[in-house]
Amino acid sequence: MASDGLEIRTPEGVPFSIPLAGAGARMMALFIDLLAILAILTTGLSVFRAFERLAPDVIGGIITLAYFGVSTAYGIVLEIWWNGQTLGKRLFGLRVMDRGARPARPAQFLIRNLLRPVDSLPALYLLGAASCWLTRHRQRLGDLAAGTVVVRTGVSVRADWSQLGREKYNSLREHPALAARLRQRTGPELAGLALDAVLRREELTPEARVAVFGILAERLRGLVEFPAEAVEALSDEQYVRRAVEVLYSTSR
Amino acid sequence: MILDLDRFVREGEPRWQELDAVLTRMEKHPYAAVGVAELERLHALYQRTSADLLRVRGLHSEARLRQYLESLVSRGYTAIHGVTQRKKVSWFGWFLRDFPRAVRRQAAALALAMALFWGGSAVGAGLLVMMYEERETLFPFAGLATKPSERVKRETVERSKVVAEQTGRFSAHLIQNNTRVAIFTFALGMTYGVGPTVLLFSNGVYLGAVAMDYVKDGQTVFLLGWLLPHGVIELPAIILAGQAAFLLTGALLPRGRRAPVGERLRAVFPDTLAIMGGVAVMLVWAGLVEAFFSQYHEPVVPYAVKIGFGVLELGGLVAFLQMAGRDGE
Repeated sequence: MASDGLEIRTPEGVPFSIPLAGAGARMMALFIDLLAILAILTTGLSVFRAFERLAPDVIGGIITLAYFGVSTAYGIVLEIWWNGQTLGKRLFGLRVMDRGARPARPAQFLIRNLLRPVDSLPALYLLGAASCWLTRHRQRLGDLAAGTVVVRTGVSVRADWSQLGREKYNSLREHPALAARLRQRTGPELAGLALDAVLRREELTPEARVAVFGILAERLRGLVEFPAEAVEALSDEQYVRRAVEVLYSTSR
Repeated sequence: MILDLDRFVREGEPRWQELDAVLTRMEKHPYAAVGVAELERLHALYQRTSADLLRVRGLHSEARLRQYLESLVSRGYTAIHGVTQRKKVSWFGWFLRDFPRAVRRQAAALALAMALFWGGSAVGAGLLVMMYEERETLFPFAGLATKPSERVKRETVERSKVVAEQTGRFSAHLIQNNTRVAIFTFALGMTYGVGPTVLLFSNGVYLGAVAMDYVKDGQTVFLLGWLLPHGVIELPAIILAGQAAFLLTGALLPRGRRAPVGERLRAVFPDTLAIMGGVAVMLVWAGLVEAFFSQYHEPVVPYAVKIGFGVLELGGLVAFLQMAGRDGE
C-alpha cells in the first residue's frame, strides 16, 4: 500500500521524508499537460495551415508528424529541460526524481515517458492508477521501470510565528510547571491545529471563529488545569492564543 | 521542551534563508556551473541545517518547524548528491556503435522475438492453406477478403495515381503509426511478456496468412515487389521493439537473482534505449520507402528493381547489425 513520503537517510545519518504526490494532483497536472499539448498543436496547426495551399501534401505530412512528435516528445523534452517538471507539474508543485531522492537522469525521463502507453491501458490511465495505489511509493509502471517517483516539490515556507500577536503578559507563563506539562501533553496535531487557528483567525466568519476556538479551548483545558486566577475572564480565543504562545516558545 | 525555540529560530533563520536562496538559484538553473566557493558554502549550510533538523526531530509540538527544515534538507540533499551534468551525446556514435552492439548483446531476447513473429507467420501460412475455402475468417480487415489478383489489378491501375498525390502525407502517417506500434510493443514488456508475445505472434499470423494468400493466387512477384522495399526494414524494426520489450520482461523476472527489480531494470536501460532509438530511425526510413517507392508498381517501377532494392536493404541491415561497432567491443 502507498505511503505518504519517501523516507531517506543522508550519509550523515539525518533521516528526512519527501512528500509523494497524490493521485489527484498528478491527474490535474496531466490534464494541464494535455491542454498544453492541444494549445501547441492548435497554434502550430494554424501556422502550417496558412501555407497549406502552397504544398498541401508536404504540409499535410508535417502536420501528421507534428501531432505525433509533440504528443510523444512533450513530456520527455520538458522533464529533461526543467529537471523533472512539465508545465502541469510546475503548476501543481510536482517533480519527477530518482527513487533515491536525487535528480533523475535523461534516460530515466525517456523510459518513464516511453512506457506511458502501458500505463494508460485499458483506458484513462487505469493500469497506472492501480499501480500507484498498490506500490509503496505511488509509482506507475513507467516510474517503476525508470526508478523514479513523483514528489511534491520542497516548499520551504516556515510558519510566521510573529503573526501570533504575542501579548505582553501571558498569565499561563506565571505557572511554569503547568506550562511545561501543557507542552508535554499537547500532541503535534492539536498544537498544529491551534497554531493554524490563531494564524488564520481573520479568515474565519465570526460564528466559525467562536465555534473553532471553543472546541480548541475545551481540548486544551482538558489537558492541564491552570489555577482560576490565571484563566479567569479569558475568552476561548484568548486562552488558545496564550496556550499556543506557550507551546511554540519557551522564552520569558 | 528543553530547547529554547525562540533563540533557536532566531539564530537558525539567517542560514536557513541563505540555504533556501542558494537552492532556489540552483533549482532554477539545474545545469549551470557552480563555483567551488558556492559549493562549499552550500555544503556548510546543508550540514548545519541537517544538525538543526536533528535537534527538532524529537520535539513533540514542532511539526511545522520540522517540516520546514526537512524540506530544506531534502532539497539540499538532492542538490549535493545528485549529478545534473549535461553529457554531450554523439548521435552518430550511438547509432553506428551502441545500437548494433545492444542488438547483438541481447541475442536471446532477439531470438525469442524472432521465433514468435516468424512462428506466427508459419502458423498463419499453414492455417490459410488448411482453411483456404474460409480464408476471409483469418483476416482482420474486410479489404483483405477479396482475391489478391483483384487487389493487384486495382493497385496497379488506380492506386499509383492516388498515392502519387499524397506521398508526403502517406509517408508521415506510416512513420507515426509504425513508431506508435513499436513504442506500444516495447511498453508492453512491463506486462511480464504477455503483451509482446501476443502482439508479435498475432501480427506474424496475419502476415503469414496474407503472404500465403498472394502466393496461392499466383501473385508472389507482386507481393515481393510490394513488401520487400519497406518490409525488410519495418518488420525487423517491430521485432527489435519486441526484443527491447523482452529485455524489460527479463529484468522483471527474478530468475534467482538477488538484486531488487529496480536495479535489474536499470541494468537493461542502456540497451533498451539504444535499440528503441535504432528502431525509430529504421521506421522513419521504412515509412519514406513505403510511401515514395513501395506503392509504385509496374510499369512505373519494374518489380525486379523493387525486389532487388529490398534484397540489398536486407543484406545491408544484416551486415550492419552483425558488423558495426565491433571495434573495441
